[in-house]
Amino acid sequence: MITTKLQNLGRATIDTIAGFGRSGVMLFGALVGKPDFRKGFPLLIKQLYVIGVLSLLIILVSGLFIGMVLALQGYTVLSKFGAEGMLGPLVALSLLRELGPVVTALLFAGRAGSALTAEIGLMKATEQLSGMEMMAVDPLRRIIAPRFWAGVISMPLLALVFTAVGILGGHLIGVDWLGVDSGSYWSAMQANVDLYQDVVNGVIKSMVFAVIVIWIALHKGYDAVPTSEGISRATTQTVVTASLTVLGFDFILTALMFGG
Amino acid sequence: MTTRKIEILVGAFIVLAIAAFLMLALKVANAGVTGSGQSYVLYAKFDNIGGLKVRSPIKVGGVVIGRVASIDLDTVYYTPVVKMEINEKYSNFPETSSVAILTSGLLGEQYLGLQPGFIDETVEILANGDSIQDTRSAIVLEELIGQFLFNRGN
Repeated sequence: MITTKLQNLGRATIDTIAGFGRSGVMLFGALVGKPDFRKGFPLLIKQLYVIGVLSLLIILVSGLFIGMVLALQGYTVLSKFGAEGMLGPLVALSLLRELGPVVTALLFAGRAGSALTAEIGLMKATEQLSGMEMMAVDPLRRIIAPRFWAGVISMPLLALVFTAVGILGGHLIGVDWLGVDSGSYWSAMQANVDLYQDVVNGVIKSMVFAVIVIWIALHKGYDAVPTSEGISRATTQTVVTASLTVLGFDFILTALMFGG
Repeated sequence: MTTRKIEILVGAFIVLAIAAFLMLALKVANAGVTGSGQSYVLYAKFDNIGGLKVRSPIKVGGVVIGRVASIDLDTVYYTPVVKMEINEKYSNFPETSSVAILTSGLLGEQYLGLQPGFIDETVEILANGDSIQDTRSAIVLEELIGQFLFNRGN
Protein backbone atom coordinates (compact mmCIF):
# COMPACT_ATOMS: atom_id res chain seq x y z
CA MET A 1 0.00 0.00 0.00
CA ILE A 2 2.50 2.56 1.16
CA THR A 3 5.10 1.28 -1.26
CA THR A 4 2.67 1.93 -4.14
CA LYS A 5 2.21 5.53 -2.97
CA LEU A 6 5.96 5.89 -2.66
CA GLN A 7 6.41 4.43 -6.12
CA ASN A 8 3.89 6.88 -7.60
CA LEU A 9 5.65 9.80 -5.98
CA GLY A 10 8.99 8.57 -7.26
CA ARG A 11 7.67 8.09 -10.78
CA ALA A 12 6.14 11.58 -10.83
CA THR A 13 9.45 13.08 -9.70
CA ILE A 14 11.47 11.14 -12.26
CA ASP A 15 9.01 12.09 -15.03
CA THR A 16 9.23 15.76 -14.11
CA ILE A 17 13.00 15.77 -14.05
CA ALA A 18 13.15 13.76 -17.28
CA GLY A 19 10.88 16.42 -18.84
CA PHE A 20 13.35 19.14 -17.80
CA GLY A 21 16.16 17.06 -19.25
CA ARG A 22 14.37 16.50 -22.58
CA SER A 23 13.59 20.22 -22.88
CA GLY A 24 17.24 21.03 -22.21
CA VAL A 25 18.44 18.53 -24.80
CA MET A 26 15.93 19.92 -27.32
CA LEU A 27 17.13 23.49 -26.83
CA PHE A 28 20.78 22.44 -26.88
CA GLY A 29 20.29 20.56 -30.12
CA ALA A 30 18.47 23.50 -31.67
CA LEU A 31 20.82 26.29 -30.68
CA VAL A 32 24.31 24.86 -30.31
CA GLY A 33 26.22 24.28 -33.50
CA LYS A 34 27.54 26.12 -36.51
CA PRO A 35 24.91 28.67 -37.58
CA ASP A 36 23.95 28.72 -41.26
CA PHE A 37 22.75 32.28 -41.89
CA ARG A 38 21.98 31.74 -45.57
CA LYS A 39 19.42 29.04 -44.79
CA GLY A 40 18.36 30.25 -41.36
CA PHE A 41 17.62 33.88 -42.12
CA PRO A 42 14.56 33.43 -44.40
CA LEU A 43 13.09 30.98 -41.86
CA LEU A 44 13.68 33.51 -39.09
CA ILE A 45 11.96 36.29 -41.07
CA LYS A 46 8.95 34.06 -41.67
CA GLN A 47 8.69 33.27 -37.96
CA LEU A 48 9.20 36.92 -36.96
CA TYR A 49 6.17 37.66 -39.10
CA VAL A 50 4.05 34.85 -37.62
CA ILE A 51 5.11 35.38 -34.00
CA GLY A 52 5.89 39.11 -33.86
CA VAL A 53 3.91 41.02 -36.46
CA LEU A 54 0.70 39.04 -36.07
CA SER A 55 0.82 39.58 -32.26
CA LEU A 56 1.09 43.33 -32.77
CA LEU A 57 -2.63 44.07 -32.90
CA ILE A 58 -3.51 42.43 -29.58
CA ILE A 59 -0.47 44.10 -27.97
CA LEU A 60 -1.41 47.56 -29.27
CA VAL A 61 -5.06 47.30 -28.21
CA SER A 62 -4.34 45.88 -24.74
CA GLY A 63 -1.52 48.36 -24.17
CA LEU A 64 -3.77 51.27 -25.02
CA PHE A 65 -6.57 50.10 -22.76
CA ILE A 66 -4.33 49.16 -19.83
CA GLY A 67 -2.71 52.61 -19.98
CA MET A 68 -6.13 54.24 -20.06
CA VAL A 69 -7.41 52.21 -17.11
CA LEU A 70 -4.24 52.92 -15.10
CA ALA A 71 -4.68 56.65 -15.64
CA LEU A 72 -8.36 56.51 -14.70
CA GLN A 73 -7.80 54.47 -11.52
CA GLY A 74 -4.63 56.29 -10.54
CA TYR A 75 -6.34 59.65 -10.91
CA THR A 76 -9.11 58.63 -8.47
CA VAL A 77 -6.61 57.98 -5.69
CA LEU A 78 -4.05 60.69 -6.54
CA SER A 79 -6.70 63.45 -6.69
CA LYS A 80 -7.63 62.66 -3.07
CA PHE A 81 -4.11 63.78 -2.09
CA GLY A 82 -4.03 66.64 -4.56
CA ALA A 83 -1.16 64.89 -6.33
CA GLU A 84 -2.57 64.70 -9.88
CA GLY A 85 0.85 65.81 -11.13
CA MET A 86 2.23 62.39 -10.22
CA LEU A 87 -0.10 60.62 -12.66
CA GLY A 88 2.64 60.50 -15.31
CA PRO A 89 5.20 58.70 -13.11
CA LEU A 90 2.50 56.35 -11.81
CA VAL A 91 1.48 55.25 -15.32
CA ALA A 92 5.03 55.15 -16.70
CA LEU A 93 6.64 53.25 -13.81
CA SER A 94 3.84 50.68 -13.51
CA LEU A 95 4.02 50.01 -17.24
CA LEU A 96 7.81 50.02 -17.58
CA ARG A 97 8.59 47.91 -14.55
CA GLU A 98 5.69 45.49 -14.33
CA LEU A 99 2.75 45.59 -16.66
CA GLY A 100 4.68 46.00 -19.91
CA PRO A 101 6.85 42.88 -19.59
CA VAL A 102 4.35 40.74 -17.66
CA VAL A 103 1.14 41.40 -19.59
CA THR A 104 3.04 41.13 -22.87
CA ALA A 105 4.38 37.74 -21.76
CA LEU A 106 0.91 36.53 -20.75
CA LEU A 107 -0.66 37.72 -24.01
CA PHE A 108 2.26 36.28 -25.93
CA ALA A 109 1.83 32.89 -24.23
CA GLY A 110 -1.84 32.92 -25.20
CA ARG A 111 -1.47 34.28 -28.71
CA ALA A 112 1.83 32.88 -30.01
CA GLY A 113 2.84 30.20 -27.48
CA SER A 114 -0.32 28.11 -27.85
CA ALA A 115 -0.12 28.36 -31.65
CA LEU A 116 3.49 27.17 -31.62
CA THR A 117 2.67 24.19 -29.40
CA ALA A 118 -0.25 23.16 -31.58
CA GLU A 119 1.78 23.58 -34.77
CA ILE A 120 4.74 21.54 -33.60
CA GLY A 121 2.49 18.97 -31.90
CA LEU A 122 0.59 18.44 -35.13
CA MET A 123 3.86 18.17 -37.06
CA LYS A 124 4.84 15.42 -34.67
CA ALA A 125 1.43 13.69 -34.86
CA THR A 126 1.48 13.68 -38.67
CA GLU A 127 5.10 12.44 -38.58
CA GLN A 128 6.46 15.43 -40.45
CA LEU A 129 9.31 15.64 -37.95
CA SER A 130 10.23 11.96 -38.54
CA GLY A 131 9.96 12.62 -42.28
CA MET A 132 12.49 15.45 -42.00
CA GLU A 133 14.88 13.18 -40.14
CA MET A 134 14.49 10.60 -42.92
CA MET A 135 15.56 13.30 -45.41
CA ALA A 136 18.59 14.12 -43.23
CA VAL A 137 17.12 17.50 -42.25
CA ASP A 138 17.53 18.17 -38.54
CA PRO A 139 14.05 19.19 -37.34
CA LEU A 140 15.57 20.87 -34.27
CA ARG A 141 17.63 23.21 -36.44
CA ARG A 142 14.94 23.75 -39.06
CA ILE A 143 11.76 23.96 -36.93
CA ILE A 144 12.74 24.75 -33.33
CA ALA A 145 15.67 27.16 -33.73
CA PRO A 146 14.02 29.84 -35.96
CA ARG A 147 10.89 29.85 -33.78
CA PHE A 148 12.99 30.21 -30.62
CA TRP A 149 15.02 33.14 -31.95
CA ALA A 150 11.95 34.82 -33.44
CA GLY A 151 10.22 34.67 -30.04
CA VAL A 152 13.25 35.92 -28.13
CA ILE A 153 13.71 38.82 -30.56
CA SER A 154 10.10 39.84 -30.93
CA MET A 155 8.89 39.75 -27.32
CA PRO A 156 11.08 42.56 -25.90
CA LEU A 157 10.10 44.62 -28.95
CA LEU A 158 6.42 43.89 -28.32
CA ALA A 159 6.85 44.85 -24.66
CA LEU A 160 8.42 48.18 -25.69
CA VAL A 161 5.53 48.87 -28.05
CA PHE A 162 3.05 47.89 -25.34
CA THR A 163 4.63 50.27 -22.82
CA ALA A 164 4.86 53.19 -25.24
CA VAL A 165 1.25 52.79 -26.33
CA GLY A 166 0.16 52.43 -22.70
CA ILE A 167 1.83 55.71 -21.74
CA LEU A 168 0.13 57.42 -24.68
CA GLY A 169 -3.18 55.88 -23.56
CA GLY A 170 -2.60 57.27 -20.06
CA HIS A 171 -1.93 60.67 -21.63
CA LEU A 172 -5.18 60.38 -23.59
CA ILE A 173 -7.26 59.80 -20.44
CA GLY A 174 -5.23 61.79 -17.90
CA VAL A 175 -4.61 64.92 -19.95
CA ASP A 176 -7.32 65.06 -22.58
CA TRP A 177 -10.18 63.79 -20.48
CA LEU A 178 -9.41 64.34 -16.77
CA GLY A 179 -7.56 67.61 -17.27
CA VAL A 180 -4.11 66.91 -15.82
CA ASP A 181 -1.62 69.41 -17.23
CA SER A 182 0.20 67.94 -20.23
CA GLY A 183 3.52 69.57 -19.28
CA SER A 184 3.46 68.21 -15.74
CA TYR A 185 2.45 64.74 -17.02
CA TRP A 186 5.63 64.53 -19.11
CA SER A 187 8.02 66.46 -16.88
CA ALA A 188 7.13 64.60 -13.67
CA MET A 189 7.58 61.39 -15.67
CA GLN A 190 11.02 62.48 -16.88
CA ALA A 191 12.04 63.45 -13.36
CA ASN A 192 11.11 60.05 -11.93
CA VAL A 193 11.94 57.55 -14.68
CA ASP A 194 15.53 56.45 -15.08
CA LEU A 195 16.79 55.02 -18.37
CA TYR A 196 18.88 52.22 -16.84
CA GLN A 197 16.95 51.53 -13.64
CA ASP A 198 13.52 51.40 -15.26
CA VAL A 199 13.63 51.12 -19.07
CA VAL A 200 16.60 48.78 -19.42
CA ASN A 201 15.52 46.60 -16.48
CA GLY A 202 12.08 46.27 -18.06
CA VAL A 203 13.66 45.12 -21.32
CA ILE A 204 15.84 42.59 -19.45
CA LYS A 205 12.74 41.29 -17.69
CA SER A 206 10.91 40.79 -20.94
CA MET A 207 13.92 39.00 -22.48
CA VAL A 208 13.87 36.52 -19.59
CA PHE A 209 10.12 36.07 -20.00
CA ALA A 210 10.59 35.57 -23.74
CA VAL A 211 13.02 32.69 -23.18
CA ILE A 212 10.67 31.13 -20.60
CA VAL A 213 7.50 31.36 -22.69
CA ILE A 214 9.01 30.27 -25.98
CA TRP A 215 11.00 27.45 -24.42
CA ILE A 216 7.94 26.05 -22.65
CA ALA A 217 5.81 26.37 -25.80
CA LEU A 218 8.36 24.61 -28.00
CA HIS A 219 9.05 21.88 -25.47
CA LYS A 220 5.37 21.13 -24.85
CA GLY A 221 4.78 20.87 -28.60
CA TYR A 222 7.87 18.77 -29.27
CA ASP A 223 7.09 16.51 -26.31
CA ALA A 224 3.33 16.20 -26.94
CA VAL A 225 1.61 12.83 -27.09
CA PRO A 226 0.98 12.55 -30.86
CA THR A 227 -2.81 12.27 -30.70
CA SER A 228 -5.50 14.92 -31.01
CA GLU A 229 -6.12 14.71 -27.27
CA GLY A 230 -2.40 14.95 -26.51
CA ILE A 231 -2.05 18.09 -28.64
CA SER A 232 -5.01 19.78 -26.99
CA ARG A 233 -3.59 18.98 -23.55
CA ALA A 234 -0.13 20.22 -24.55
CA THR A 235 -1.63 23.51 -25.78
CA THR A 236 -3.48 24.03 -22.50
CA GLN A 237 -0.35 23.15 -20.52
CA THR A 238 1.68 25.67 -22.49
CA VAL A 239 -0.60 28.57 -21.55
CA VAL A 240 -0.97 27.50 -17.90
CA THR A 241 2.67 26.60 -17.24
CA ALA A 242 4.09 29.58 -19.13
CA SER A 243 1.79 32.05 -17.36
CA LEU A 244 2.54 30.68 -13.90
CA THR A 245 6.28 30.51 -14.53
CA VAL A 246 6.30 34.09 -15.83
CA LEU A 247 4.48 35.34 -12.73
CA GLY A 248 6.85 33.42 -10.44
CA PHE A 249 9.95 34.68 -12.21
CA ASP A 250 8.51 38.19 -12.21
CA PHE A 251 8.54 38.17 -8.43
CA ILE A 252 12.13 36.94 -8.31
CA LEU A 253 13.34 39.46 -10.91
CA THR A 254 11.48 42.32 -9.22
CA ALA A 255 13.01 41.41 -5.87
CA LEU A 256 16.48 41.32 -7.46
CA MET A 257 16.10 44.53 -9.50
CA PHE A 258 13.97 46.85 -7.40
CA GLY A 259 13.82 45.31 -3.93
CA GLY A 260 16.43 46.36 -1.43
CA MET B 1 1.53 35.95 -49.00
CA THR B 2 4.75 36.69 -50.86
CA THR B 3 8.14 36.74 -49.17
CA ARG B 4 8.55 40.40 -50.09
CA LYS B 5 5.39 41.46 -48.29
CA ILE B 6 6.36 39.46 -45.19
CA GLU B 7 9.79 41.06 -45.14
CA ILE B 8 8.28 44.54 -45.44
CA LEU B 9 5.91 43.87 -42.54
CA VAL B 10 8.71 42.49 -40.35
CA GLY B 11 10.79 45.57 -41.17
CA ALA B 12 7.88 47.82 -40.19
CA PHE B 13 7.53 45.91 -36.92
CA ILE B 14 11.20 46.43 -36.07
CA VAL B 15 10.97 50.14 -36.93
CA LEU B 16 7.89 50.52 -34.73
CA ALA B 17 9.67 48.82 -31.82
CA ILE B 18 12.74 51.05 -32.23
CA ALA B 19 10.48 54.11 -32.30
CA ALA B 20 8.85 52.91 -29.08
CA PHE B 21 12.25 52.46 -27.43
CA LEU B 22 13.39 55.92 -28.53
CA MET B 23 10.19 57.42 -27.16
CA LEU B 24 10.71 55.64 -23.83
CA ALA B 25 14.38 56.61 -23.66
CA LEU B 26 14.05 60.25 -24.71
CA LYS B 27 10.55 61.40 -23.87
CA VAL B 28 9.76 59.25 -20.83
CA ALA B 29 13.12 58.60 -19.18
CA ASN B 30 14.90 61.77 -20.31
CA ALA B 31 18.40 60.40 -20.69
CA GLY B 32 19.87 63.75 -19.74
CA VAL B 33 20.68 65.48 -16.42
CA THR B 34 24.17 64.16 -15.67
CA GLY B 35 23.17 60.79 -17.06
CA SER B 36 25.13 61.82 -20.12
CA GLY B 37 27.96 64.31 -20.09
CA GLN B 38 30.76 64.90 -17.64
CA SER B 39 30.21 65.46 -13.96
CA TYR B 40 32.39 66.26 -10.98
CA VAL B 41 32.10 65.29 -7.33
CA LEU B 42 31.62 67.37 -4.16
CA TYR B 43 31.13 66.17 -0.60
CA ALA B 44 29.05 67.58 2.24
CA LYS B 45 28.68 66.51 5.88
CA PHE B 46 25.35 66.78 7.63
CA ASP B 47 24.13 66.07 11.16
CA ASN B 48 20.96 64.47 9.88
CA ILE B 49 19.97 63.72 6.31
CA GLY B 50 16.29 63.01 7.05
CA GLY B 51 14.75 61.32 4.02
CA LEU B 52 17.44 62.16 1.48
CA LYS B 53 18.11 59.27 -0.89
CA VAL B 54 20.66 58.26 -3.49
CA ARG B 55 19.66 59.88 -6.83
CA SER B 56 17.84 62.73 -5.08
CA PRO B 57 18.21 65.93 -7.14
CA ILE B 58 20.58 68.78 -6.33
CA LYS B 59 19.04 72.14 -7.18
CA VAL B 60 20.25 75.71 -7.46
CA GLY B 61 17.29 78.06 -7.44
CA GLY B 62 15.03 75.18 -8.44
CA VAL B 63 17.16 74.08 -11.41
CA VAL B 64 18.47 70.51 -11.24
CA ILE B 65 22.28 70.55 -11.65
CA GLY B 66 23.13 67.09 -10.36
CA ARG B 67 22.19 64.12 -8.25
CA VAL B 68 23.21 62.52 -4.97
CA ALA B 69 25.69 59.77 -5.88
CA SER B 70 25.98 58.02 -2.52
CA ILE B 71 25.35 58.50 1.19
CA ASP B 72 27.82 57.10 3.72
CA LEU B 73 28.53 57.41 7.40
CA ASP B 74 31.84 58.98 8.48
CA THR B 75 33.43 56.27 10.63
CA VAL B 76 35.29 58.77 12.88
CA TYR B 77 32.53 61.23 13.83
CA TYR B 78 29.52 59.10 12.82
CA THR B 79 27.99 61.87 10.75
CA PRO B 80 26.44 61.27 7.32
CA VAL B 81 28.58 62.21 4.32
CA VAL B 82 26.75 62.91 1.05
CA LYS B 83 28.60 62.52 -2.25
CA MET B 84 27.18 64.83 -4.90
CA GLU B 85 27.64 64.46 -8.65
CA ILE B 86 27.26 67.83 -10.34
CA ASN B 87 27.23 68.57 -14.05
CA GLU B 88 30.60 69.81 -15.34
CA LYS B 89 28.78 72.80 -16.86
CA TYR B 90 28.32 74.24 -13.36
CA SER B 91 31.84 73.93 -11.97
CA ASN B 92 32.43 77.41 -10.53
CA PHE B 93 30.95 77.28 -7.05
CA PRO B 94 33.03 79.18 -4.46
CA GLU B 95 33.90 77.51 -1.17
CA THR B 96 31.55 79.90 0.64
CA SER B 97 28.58 78.12 -0.94
CA SER B 98 26.13 76.45 1.40
CA VAL B 99 24.00 73.36 0.95
CA ALA B 100 20.75 72.52 2.73
CA ILE B 101 18.38 69.57 2.72
CA LEU B 102 14.99 70.88 1.66
CA THR B 103 11.59 69.34 1.01
CA SER B 104 9.56 70.00 -2.12
CA GLY B 105 6.09 70.76 -0.81
CA LEU B 106 4.80 69.61 2.55
CA LEU B 107 4.90 65.89 1.80
CA GLY B 108 7.19 65.85 -1.23
CA GLU B 109 10.54 64.18 -1.60
CA GLN B 110 13.69 65.75 -0.17
CA TYR B 111 16.39 67.35 -2.28
CA LEU B 112 19.65 69.24 -1.80
CA GLY B 113 19.42 73.00 -2.24
CA LEU B 114 22.78 74.51 -3.16
CA GLN B 115 23.22 78.24 -2.48
CA PRO B 116 26.20 79.80 -4.29
CA GLY B 117 28.33 81.99 -2.00
CA PHE B 118 30.26 85.25 -2.50
CA ILE B 119 33.63 85.55 -4.17
CA ASP B 120 36.61 87.73 -3.19
CA GLU B 121 40.41 87.34 -3.37
CA THR B 122 40.71 84.91 -0.45
CA VAL B 123 37.85 82.63 -1.54
CA GLU B 124 38.73 79.63 -3.65
CA ILE B 125 36.59 77.80 -6.17
CA LEU B 126 35.47 74.29 -5.24
CA ALA B 127 37.25 71.65 -7.29
CA ASN B 128 36.52 67.98 -7.89
CA GLY B 129 36.54 66.07 -4.57
CA ASP B 130 36.27 69.14 -2.28
CA SER B 131 33.82 69.42 0.62
CA ILE B 132 31.22 72.10 1.22
CA GLN B 133 31.61 73.25 4.85
CA ASP B 134 28.42 75.24 5.36
CA THR B 135 25.58 72.71 5.57
CA ARG B 136 22.13 72.74 7.06
CA SER B 137 20.49 69.44 7.99
CA ALA B 138 17.04 68.20 7.17
CA ILE B 139 14.15 69.43 9.26
CA VAL B 140 12.66 66.40 10.96
CA LEU B 141 8.98 67.05 11.52
CA GLU B 142 8.77 64.89 14.64
CA GLU B 143 11.55 66.91 16.34
CA LEU B 144 9.76 70.16 15.50
CA ILE B 145 6.54 68.87 17.02
CA GLY B 146 8.47 67.66 20.06
CA GLN B 147 10.05 71.10 20.54
CA PHE B 148 6.68 72.78 20.09
CA LEU B 149 5.04 70.61 22.74
CA PHE B 150 8.03 71.09 25.09
CA ASN B 151 7.86 74.90 24.72
CA ARG B 152 4.14 74.96 25.39
CA GLY B 153 4.77 73.15 28.68
CA ASN B 154 6.79 76.13 29.96
